[in-house]
Amino acid sequence: MSALLESIGYSDWALHALVWLPVLGIGLVLWVEEAQAKTVAFWWSMVVLALSLGLWWAFDPTQGGMQMQSTAPWIPGWGVSYSLGIDGISLFMVMLSTFSTSMAILGSFNYIQSRQRAFYALMLLLEAAVVGVFVATDVFLFYVFFELTLVPMYFIVGVWGGERRIYAAIKFFLYTAFGSLLMLVAILYLFWKAKTLLGFPTFAYADLLQVPLSGTEQLWLFSAFALAFSVKVPVFPLHTWLPDAHVEAPTPGSVILAAVLLKMGTYGFLRFLLPLFPVAAQHPTVVTTMLVLGVIGILYTAWVAAVQPDAKKLVAYTSVAHMGFVVLGVFALTVNGLQGGLIVMISHGISTGALFLLLGMLYERRHTRTIAEFGGIARVAPWFATAFVITALASIGLPGTSGFVGEFLALLGTFETHPTIAFLATLGVIFAAYYMLPMVQTVFFNKLETDENRKIEDLNGREMAIMAPLCALMILIGWNPTPLLERMEPSVRAVIERVEAAGVADAAIESGVRFVEAPPIDPEDPATLAEADVASAADADE
Amino acid sequence: MSAVIAPVIALAQGGGQAAAEAAHFEPFLPGLVVLLPLLGFVLNGILALRHGRDSAAAVRRGEELDLGDRASRPATHTLPTWIGPGVLGAAFVITLVNFARMFGADLEAPVIVHYWTWIATGTFTVEAALQLDQLSMIMMMVVTGVGFLIHVFSVGYMRDDAGYPRYFAYLNLFVFFMLVLVMGSSYALMFVGWEGVGLCSYLLIGYWFSDREKSDAGKKAFIVNRIGDVGFLIAMFLLFRAFGTVDFVPVFAEAETLVYAGGLVTAITLFFFLGAVGKSAQIPLHIWLPDAMAGPTPVSALIHAATMVTAGVYLVARSSVLFALAPLSSAVVAGIGVLTALFAATIALKQNDIKKVLAYSTVSQLGYMFVGVGVGAYAAGVFHLMTHAFFKALLFLGSGAVIHAMHDAYHSTHSHEDAQDMRNMGGLKTYMPITWATMWIATLAISGIWPFAGFFSKDEIIWQTAAFGGAENAPYAALYSVYWIVALAAAMLTAFYMTRMMVMTFHGENRTGAEESKHLHEAPAVMWVPLAVLAVLSVFGGWINVPEAIQTSWVGLFGALPTGEWLHHWLEPLTAQAHHIQEANLGELAHSAPFGGGEVLWATISTAAAAVVVFLSIRFVGGQKTVPVAQDETAPSGFGAVLLNKYYVDEFYDRFVVQPIVRASRFCWKTIDSLVIDGAVNAVGLVAKAFGWGVSMFQTGSVNTYAFILTVGVLVILGVAVL
Repeated sequence: MSALLESIGYSDWALHALVWLPVLGIGLVLWVEEAQAKTVAFWWSMVVLALSLGLWWAFDPTQGGMQMQSTAPWIPGWGVSYSLGIDGISLFMVMLSTFSTSMAILGSFNYIQSRQRAFYALMLLLEAAVVGVFVATDVFLFYVFFELTLVPMYFIVGVWGGERRIYAAIKFFLYTAFGSLLMLVAILYLFWKAKTLLGFPTFAYADLLQVPLSGTEQLWLFSAFALAFSVKVPVFPLHTWLPDAHVEAPTPGSVILAAVLLKMGTYGFLRFLLPLFPVAAQHPTVVTTMLVLGVIGILYTAWVAAVQPDAKKLVAYTSVAHMGFVVLGVFALTVNGLQGGLIVMISHGISTGALFLLLGMLYERRHTRTIAEFGGIARVAPWFATAFVITALASIGLPGTSGFVGEFLALLGTFETHPTIAFLATLGVIFAAYYMLPMVQTVFFNKLETDENRKIEDLNGREMAIMAPLCALMILIGWNPTPLLERMEPSVRAVIERVEAAGVADAAIESGVRFVEAPPIDPEDPATLAEADVASAADADE
Repeated sequence: MSAVIAPVIALAQGGGQAAAEAAHFEPFLPGLVVLLPLLGFVLNGILALRHGRDSAAAVRRGEELDLGDRASRPATHTLPTWIGPGVLGAAFVITLVNFARMFGADLEAPVIVHYWTWIATGTFTVEAALQLDQLSMIMMMVVTGVGFLIHVFSVGYMRDDAGYPRYFAYLNLFVFFMLVLVMGSSYALMFVGWEGVGLCSYLLIGYWFSDREKSDAGKKAFIVNRIGDVGFLIAMFLLFRAFGTVDFVPVFAEAETLVYAGGLVTAITLFFFLGAVGKSAQIPLHIWLPDAMAGPTPVSALIHAATMVTAGVYLVARSSVLFALAPLSSAVVAGIGVLTALFAATIALKQNDIKKVLAYSTVSQLGYMFVGVGVGAYAAGVFHLMTHAFFKALLFLGSGAVIHAMHDAYHSTHSHEDAQDMRNMGGLKTYMPITWATMWIATLAISGIWPFAGFFSKDEIIWQTAAFGGAENAPYAALYSVYWIVALAAAMLTAFYMTRMMVMTFHGENRTGAEESKHLHEAPAVMWVPLAVLAVLSVFGGWINVPEAIQTSWVGLFGALPTGEWLHHWLEPLTAQAHHIQEANLGELAHSAPFGGGEVLWATISTAAAAVVVFLSIRFVGGQKTVPVAQDETAPSGFGAVLLNKYYVDEFYDRFVVQPIVRASRFCWKTIDSLVIDGAVNAVGLVAKAFGWGVSMFQTGSVNTYAFILTVGVLVILGVAVL
């Protein structure tokens, strides 16, 4: 496979294609007949998905730094460049995005009945934007993609959403826009600082990593970035936009929102917060705050989820609880924690995406999401019930599913550095059963009483085609996550080492040194070497 | 025992070469033992889903799927009969071959069979590997052997049920996870099996999911078990912090670097024990097991008596090194065990549902096993685990045969009477003699009557409690004397409630009803043959481990009972380290009970006392007038009511744990989330809106106003900049 990919120069153009193919697809979808839009969009997204699968082989798992890099000047006067690259942290986020998009499009065939061309065009635009977020290695470019995701999502909720769609869409937009404006200010400050210290304007990620920042500066900039990303994750108490957005969003909107958009927040933690502001990221107050908020997210939202009468809202709240495990894993600042956090991100994308798809299918049949309206569905839809139970179990982290591996490692990693926090978070294991099992029971088990429920049809072929790969992945990752973990490990290690190195330097601050030097480049260490390469490449551009 | 397996040994060792290679243990397809039940799950699962389509179509039409008579049923219904028990039978045969090979070999260290790397993060690694040693071998034999018999019994019990293929799919999946639990080479892999069997337990308790009560019982089991699972997880995290691994072999090799009776090892073992308390239904997490009787009766036999609920005992026995290092934890283990043994036995005195009696009896017997492993008698705990698997599986299957017959009887008159209530039974001896005889064997075994299996295993636990408490430097010596007395007392209660159950069910006048009693019948061969096999095991199973001290007395028929302390020696390679730690710290164990008297004397006293209790109970219960449920108007009062209502523990939890959490959940949602957080967000939105409206006031259209505001603004900014 690797040889085949090499022969077509895959590494040179794949990332560009993953961003721009969906954009091309928009034209195609708008051009065809209304009735064909969904088929065209689906197969187009399948092409993108197939293309992204090549990354599995093209990616070099021994490297911790950015791979498959390419850069071109975009706005040279401001040092803005169009640069893409990928590492072990973004690799699976890209694949998760392309996979979720295909599944979401296939899942909207029945759900979306009006303005189909516009809808599928927005879905493809969303795909381009999220892939762009994960592959951008220029901070300005990242910000553009990051904000661009808001636009299609806003319309998907606002046009195809439920009754309170306008309220939900505006709430979603304002919440996230508010957070990212502060981040923009912080990015501009970084840019200005880089320009003064390095002598040339640049937004390149690798360059900004070299900018020395004082501890105070780091704390301020960290706060701005952290706020933007925390809204996205969302971290308690910034989460209240999420249940509304999910409940009002159409199924595919919820799927992408849960599977991919939330991940942009925690991806931001890993990509920017830790490496750019390593001193702030390990400041005890910061770490404690983030960990405590993560634990509150896990326990509090599990409780809130448990008493929701609306199944979709219940699942929406569980998203906050799951992302709490990621927050924990990230700020544990251990290899196990970070790896676990990444696996939770992948697993949550698959299982919660699947839950939203299944609830959408249920809604299409019954036109309600109120849990109490259902009962005994397993008797008339056994395949449906089977898929739902498998997904629910993956979601609550049963061993043998992807959910367990992620939560286990995240908790293990947290326990290494913060046992009390990890202990509290582990209680979430109980409350996961407390919110999920009653819902499964009330909907699928108990007595089949009403005629409406008796008429519910089982999964059809298209729906099975959606659920089969999702369930297969949950179980496959549950039993063999090692191929994923080994591809992430070098990049995760590089982040940890950078933070730790800054920690050593931080001790120097306390003894009077004002600035933190960037960690020295070790010729033996591929991670820092790769960064140095990028930096010198950027220099050469100048 | 050895006579039974001798041909298998010969088979496994392949004739002539055996002698030379006897010292080396070569595992025989251990992966297949695990894989076969999984294969059974997949095949039965496919059949269940295919069958589900037909049944769903019928339900949608407003009917139930008609299974027709047994001869003309579709393949989805007939194949599970062969696949379900078939995979178990094959797994049992492979296990036997492995056992025979290990039996003939000289195995000092566990054999690890590695398959793939499950988790590897760079600092933490877990292999997907199976561990074959003397302990996992015993467990494999119990799980596949007793499991096979229960699968066979299930054919008779469940074949007229609409969900038959689904039943076998779950049951096979259970065995798969149970084997992962006992064969996994690390705590992490054990935990996979640990939660996996919990899942299957959940699915099988709620097997008849249309019944809300049964569905609730499954959910309760899952959630209560997860409380214990938190303990298991924390214990693993602590182990990882201490040793950097959770694999059995390196952890136990390093274990003695921990301080004896230190905080860390005490914490690790107490958290592990929390997991065991959940899984093995000990106080205070025992509440799920009686409800679990909602599942089909063979499930109760397999999961909630013979195998899954004993996983906690296995966990402690497996971690013997750690528990030996933590005397406080061991005292807690034995204390919870003895308390549960007594507590559950008292509840069993007043239950009228035949399965409830057995459920509380199981909880009580599990308590005994914990006493065993808590007093450092790991082999004795495992011994009782094994004999209990025989006689309790037999009791549950026997009760299943009774319920099956009662159900048919009431079905014939379309009566809705309770087929499980012993007040509706009585005199079943004449209708089902085989069931009656085999269940009496099991009753004598569980009551500790010589020479049945339970006598040897229970007596050893009670004796070891005395011996441990009397050790030279025993910690909490007085406490262990109390344990010993309570354990003896609970044994007498066991003899009483079991005899009561037998008398109410099988003896006296029949109370089922004149018309109904014509339809009472003995179980078919597919059901009574497993009963007979288990009865044989319940008689002779105890003989594999007759303590040397009593082997030469009358109790051991003056040396005629074979294989003295065989199990003890068999497990020695695994328990030796724990015994060394114990010996080094506690000194020599006592050779007499707290009030004097040696092992032989107390063995004689306890079996004689139990026999007297059984005899008196037959007279006492037989003399009582029992009336059928429909005519029973006496309400229990006083302490009887407390026992019947299980000490109101469920009510207590509901009031002080469940309801507060639900109320807190509503508060979090309605008050914190909707009112406070969202209120603040909306308020910010309103302020922004109001600000926008206020600012729009300035938009007068008059250039003069704009110029004025601009000037003021510039002045303010300049002013700020200058200052």
